[in-house]
Amino acid sequence: MILESLERLGDWATYWLGDIGRMGRFLGAAVRGVFRPPFRFRALLGQLREIGANSIGVIFFTALFTGMVLGLQGYYTLRKFGSEGMLGSAVALSLLRELGPVLTALMVTGRAGSAMCAEVGIMRNSEQLDALECMAVDPFRYLIAPKLLATVIAMPALTMIFNVVGIFGGYIAGVELLGVSSGAFMSGMEGSVVDRDIVMGLVKAVVFGVVVVWVCTGRGYFVHRIRGAGFGAEGVSRITTQAVVISSISVLVWDYILTAVLL
Amino acid sequence: MKNGAVIRLDEVSKGFGSQLVLNRISMDVPRGRTTVIVGGSGQGKSVTLKLILGLMTPDSGRVLVDGEDITRMKKRDLDRVRSRFGVLFQGAALLDSLSVFDNVALPLQERTSLGRDEIRDRVMATLEQLGLTGHENKFPAQLSGGMKKRVGLARALQLEPEIMLFDEPTTGLDPEKTMEIYRLFSETRERFGYTAVIVSHDIPKVFNLADQVVVLNHGRVWSFASPEELQLSDDPEIVGFVRSTMGTIYRSGGVE
Repeated sequence: MILESLERLGDWATYWLGDIGRMGRFLGAAVRGVFRPPFRFRALLGQLREIGANSIGVIFFTALFTGMVLGLQGYYTLRKFGSEGMLGSAVALSLLRELGPVLTALMVTGRAGSAMCAEVGIMRNSEQLDALECMAVDPFRYLIAPKLLATVIAMPALTMIFNVVGIFGGYIAGVELLGVSSGAFMSGMEGSVVDRDIVMGLVKAVVFGVVVVWVCTGRGYFVHRIRGAGFGAEGVSRITTQAVVISSISVLVWDYILTAVLL
Repeated sequence: MKNGAVIRLDEVSKGFGSQLVLNRISMDVPRGRTTVIVGGSGQGKSVTLKLILGLMTPDSGRVLVDGEDITRMKKRDLDRVRSRFGVLFQGAALLDSLSVFDNVALPLQERTSLGRDEIRDRVMATLEQLGLTGHENKFPAQLSGGMKKRVGLARALQLEPEIMLFDEPTTGLDPEKTMEIYRLFSETRERFGYTAVIVSHDIPKVFNLADQVVVLNHGRVWSFASPEELQLSDDPEIVGFVRSTMGTIYRSGGVE
């Protein structure tokens, strides 16, 4: 009984150490792929459209209502202390430093990350990745690198769109609906936001972009090696769910780490 | 390498979990000839092909291509060896986000410095040779199984490989399409003169193409210089294999 438990524990530990090792090597190969010629500019543009431009709608509505909720909640909280004038500052700092990059990353995970995972997983199952390797075409350079580079470029841009639309949402809720002074809202924001807040949000956006692509394409790439994933369409479906969950949690964990380091 | 063997598996073992698929098997693939690997499902035929391609690493033993052990190669060297191979996968493995034209052009775009016009000319010529003219703008999802295989063959032949590997080239095809693939095999082999390795369970028809036959059964391997030698073997396991898969003697030497 004890031996069996120890055996299972050892088996589990060996599997997870191997999995972490594979994912680490995957990230290294993906980053190397970005710098290895020939560069695929058309593929990069396609991915920028898919990951960036096609996410703008989702980002817009998420940001607008997040900002409006922040405006509402912030107003009623600040009013208790007679500090409604600080609403602009509270909304802007919350968005720029935390909610902008985090929610953008979660939206990109759900919209583009899941698609990346399914695409790569299907390519693995249908031997398309093997075919690339057999043609001596590096799958990391050909397939993963354009996604990684596009996400690293798109994430800060989407985050900035999120921030602007979110602040606008907060302005609508606070100023237009609840009657906070427009001047107080804007001057509060201008007085409290510094370059460092914006840089922190952008650094987070880049790191989250890497995390999302790493986890989502990595799980798809290793769909055949992941224990319990199963095979075929069911395997891809399970691994896509797993990728979205791991990616989302990883974003939140990295958010804490980066906040602790950058504050 | 002995007898001009271009590929040699030397005491190769491969297992998955507790299941040993290949148990210290050795075999040679002679240069310029057609080797057919047969065996039942799950006997390690596709695993053998993946070992030859370096897509899997054996648990023990060596896989030699022109004397170089690919199991210990760095990726760059492995790519150099792989660039000598062409592969037709079981499901053709076409990139489903690319058109027929782009699939066939892919090896030329990625592995050569040819200009756009030259690539176009070469791809269109190959498509015409394989009866695919007019289908170049279609996507793999719009093609029949037989057409996918033809596109896969066109792609594999673009870099004029020295060695062609075929993984179950006729699986899922009706008898007419099967004969068409065999005819294309014979034509392209004559034109390009490649060494061929065919993994198949299409017994006995595939023996029409074979110069050498390799039988994989329960992790062990038997090599025969011709299909006739296989049928005349008095090894009890081979006798049982022959009885269960065919009855008449087939002569090697191409499709009639």
